[in-house]
Amino acid sequence: MIMKYIPTIGLEIHCELSTKSKIFCDCPVSFGGEPNTRCCPVCTGLPGTLPVLNKKAVEYTVKAGVALNCEINEFSKLDRKNYFYPDLPKAYQISQFDLPVCKDGGLTINTSDGEKFIRIERIHLEEDAGKLLHDGFGKYSLADYNRCGVPLIEIVTRPDLSSSEEAKAFVEKVRLMLLYSGISDCRMEEGSLRADVNVSIRPFGTDELGTRSEMKNINSLKAIARAIDSEIIRQSEILEDGGKIIQETRRWDDNKGESKSLRSKEDAHDYRYFPEPDIVPVTFTKEEIESIRNSMPELPDKKFIKYTSAFGLNEADASLLLTSVSLSDLFESTAEECGNPKSASNFIIVEVLRRLNDSGMLPEDIPFSGKVLGSLVKMLENEEITAANAKKVLSAMFDSGKDPETIVAENAYRITNDTGEVEKTVIEILSNNEKAVEEYIGGKEKTFGFLMGQCSRALTGRGNPKVIQQILRNELDKRKGGV
Amino acid sequence: MDITKLTIKRARQLMDAKEISAAELTELYFDRIKSLDDKIDSYLSTCEDKAAAQAQEAQKLIDSGNHSLLCGIPFSIKDNICIEATKTTCASKMLEDFVSPYTATAVNKLYSENAVILGKTNLDEFAMGGSTENSAFKKTKNPFDLTRVPGGSSGGSAASISASLALGSLGSDTGGSVRQPASFCGVVGMKPTYGLVSRYGLVAFASSFDQIGPIAKTVEDCAIILDSIAGHDAKDGTSLNYKNPSLYSSLFSGDIDIKGLKLGLPKEYLTEGLNSEVRASLYTSISALEKLGAEIEEFSMPSLKYAIQAYYLMSSAEASSNLSRYDGVKYGYRADKCKSYQELIGKSRAEGFGKEVKRRILLGTYALASGYYDAYYKKALKLRTMISQGFEQAFTKYDIILHPTTPETAFKLGQNTDNPLTMYLADIYTVAVNIAGLPSISVPCGYDENGLPIGLSFTGKPLGENDIFKAAGAFEAAFINNFRVPAI
Repeated sequence: MIMKYIPTIGLEIHCELSTKSKIFCDCPVSFGGEPNTRCCPVCTGLPGTLPVLNKKAVEYTVKAGVALNCEINEFSKLDRKNYFYPDLPKAYQISQFDLPVCKDGGLTINTSDGEKFIRIERIHLEEDAGKLLHDGFGKYSLADYNRCGVPLIEIVTRPDLSSSEEAKAFVEKVRLMLLYSGISDCRMEEGSLRADVNVSIRPFGTDELGTRSEMKNINSLKAIARAIDSEIIRQSEILEDGGKIIQETRRWDDNKGESKSLRSKEDAHDYRYFPEPDIVPVTFTKEEIESIRNSMPELPDKKFIKYTSAFGLNEADASLLLTSVSLSDLFESTAEECGNPKSASNFIIVEVLRRLNDSGMLPEDIPFSGKVLGSLVKMLENEEITAANAKKVLSAMFDSGKDPETIVAENAYRITNDTGEVEKTVIEILSNNEKAVEEYIGGKEKTFGFLMGQCSRALTGRGNPKVIQQILRNELDKRKGGV
Repeated sequence: MDITKLTIKRARQLMDAKEISAAELTELYFDRIKSLDDKIDSYLSTCEDKAAAQAQEAQKLIDSGNHSLLCGIPFSIKDNICIEATKTTCASKMLEDFVSPYTATAVNKLYSENAVILGKTNLDEFAMGGSTENSAFKKTKNPFDLTRVPGGSSGGSAASISASLALGSLGSDTGGSVRQPASFCGVVGMKPTYGLVSRYGLVAFASSFDQIGPIAKTVEDCAIILDSIAGHDAKDGTSLNYKNPSLYSSLFSGDIDIKGLKLGLPKEYLTEGLNSEVRASLYTSISALEKLGAEIEEFSMPSLKYAIQAYYLMSSAEASSNLSRYDGVKYGYRADKCKSYQELIGKSRAEGFGKEVKRRILLGTYALASGYYDAYYKKALKLRTMISQGFEQAFTKYDIILHPTTPETAFKLGQNTDNPLTMYLADIYTVAVNIAGLPSISVPCGYDENGLPIGLSFTGKPLGENDIFKAAGAFEAAFINNFRVPAI
């Protein structure tokens, strides 16, 4: 179908904060666990209990605001959002209505048409609800309240996105910024980052926005993109058939690749927001906001500039290293130890990432530090070991957790500068491979590689390849002349 | 020993002098509950075994000489305040079988002083009402006249003190629910400054108004109880970080001097709704206070006229949200044979809640609905600010605001049950205090021609508990010879 319409997309991104305890009680915030083992009278809303606001959760929200270039409100408050649902034990969610912690921010993303600034309207703090389990319990559904009261932030964008690619790029960037701020692990597969997507379309050449639909709780980047694309097509088809888009909430089924209407605007909830009387308003002084700002770790956009300019990495490598906090931390300390960021980057991207890919490990599972890895890269840089042995050392570091010096010593990997030993080995190899020598002399240049390999192996990789090559060439030339 | 004349202070002396043991005292009260409470119906449940064990424990401490003022003192607790492993029903069918897994902070504080809890007292369902007739379980009677209501919503607590079925009680006061029944039952009821006593474990009615308060025979007894239950609680985000420099009860160590104390009497409370006998008693009390050296003056605070409207809007709005959690899903009453979640929640709430609770949920839901919020809730919020400012201004001139606790004395059972508006007006003088979060105490100041008690209220500035204890204490000392106990 030829696109006759311009899509307008807005996102509401929900992100679980990785505070130690829940937003209003002391229960731990952690994924999984036996149902209803991580809850207490407060987070299950038993009669007479009261919420006490976790200060860390507020601080994390401010950090999110700083990372996403928002203004921080010196005065904000919590409100009750009232609705009945079995996963919401108080039958209201404590959230923020008209005075969120953060407002008016945004992020620049890269699009096919260049850079684009996506505005963020607000970031507010709220509590998560529990989970309902519908399958396997006959005619009953069961409720698990472990997730109740896990602190969440909701990031609401302006309708500035115009394609699924842009939406993906935006969510990805937000995810990175939050990860590096240290406030969330942003694991989409565990639902700690999920998005509601608002989509409308309008004909080219017109300004007035079309009627929008909303799809809730989409929890992967791919699903977000698919949901948007599907919705654009669905709305286009309606308009092409002369129909009208109705304002509604739809449920995206990523397995089927389609959405279904959940409720129309007329059936929309009236949440009857009002100020939460159990929690006093949240106030910050300018100084407090500054001190949180100053406590922020270095964010990925700054790091990217550092990697590509000061460190001289190409953009692709810099982006790749910045996909994970553990990976970029590993890179930075490796680079510092070995003194050569480019070598560090190459070794990590080629060797370390290969190992992770092969074993299915995550960067945070790497059992050694960047300092240790840096000493290995340094040995390679200084030609103290061969590239082939460096790989073996790395492999041993993953398996045994031993440091590279020990592994090199135990396996006698250090390159030998004793030319006598190399000479002795070369002569021995040549005398054991008379046929190959003959072939070489006969003009079969390829055989040189075979003999080279034999010599290296006999020297357990300790031989400096350049030295072996030279001595081998000499010895063969001697024999050539001898014929 | 005449149990009807016993106070916490006197019981303390008797126990310390070994004239009675904690166990004997507890037994005495249980005997009286067994013989009398059939008539009064003040208790919803009692816990005799647990109380006996607590009394034993208390006696050990008394014997060791290392005990606090409330050690061994028998208490009743309003049944909307949670005690671990016991029922907290809120006098509602909805929570008829609800057993709390934890104890309210205020009760824990009583426990830490080794007070003895006798049982839980009746109330209007979820503390909504002024007569305790909205209880789903029983109707408590006024000990002064068994055909009349004890007031409410802490009617069971006030009646238990009045009928000498406990020495101290904890009630809760959202719009007058401690002071009004105390006034009807001829005892002392006190509502502390909002945030002075932790609300943790008090089942919420209207969170920004609710406050736990003591009910006892005397002002001094109330001060002793407040000394125990006041204080910051990390479990209540609205709890104040305040500690009174000395004990409230220390005010009573000698004669109380209130010479020069300035009391303001709001004209808005002296209009036609005020019963003539209550009015007469008010003026007699004023003369008595003047004799003690206090200066009393009438003043006008126009915003008071809107207090009742603002109160019913806001408290119902908060209640509609607070009571949403009772949906039949997790605990409490659950309707049978429901085919969907919507049906389950609808039927459970329809069958589990009483009429008055439903009325207020509807009212509050309406007031918060989008499109009405600005016209109702927001306007009420503005009134709240106006009323608070009105009090602030009054306190620049007066140390204390003086007013009748209620416009009338206790009414007949059933008299107002079909007329919720008349019922609401029983709170007309008490709600403003909760709107502004102020401390207030009601003390007996006279009896009408039917022998029904009349209450006088002393309202103080925020954290002005010392002022009102002093004034009420001085007044009580002058009135003590007129003080009556009900003849049951």
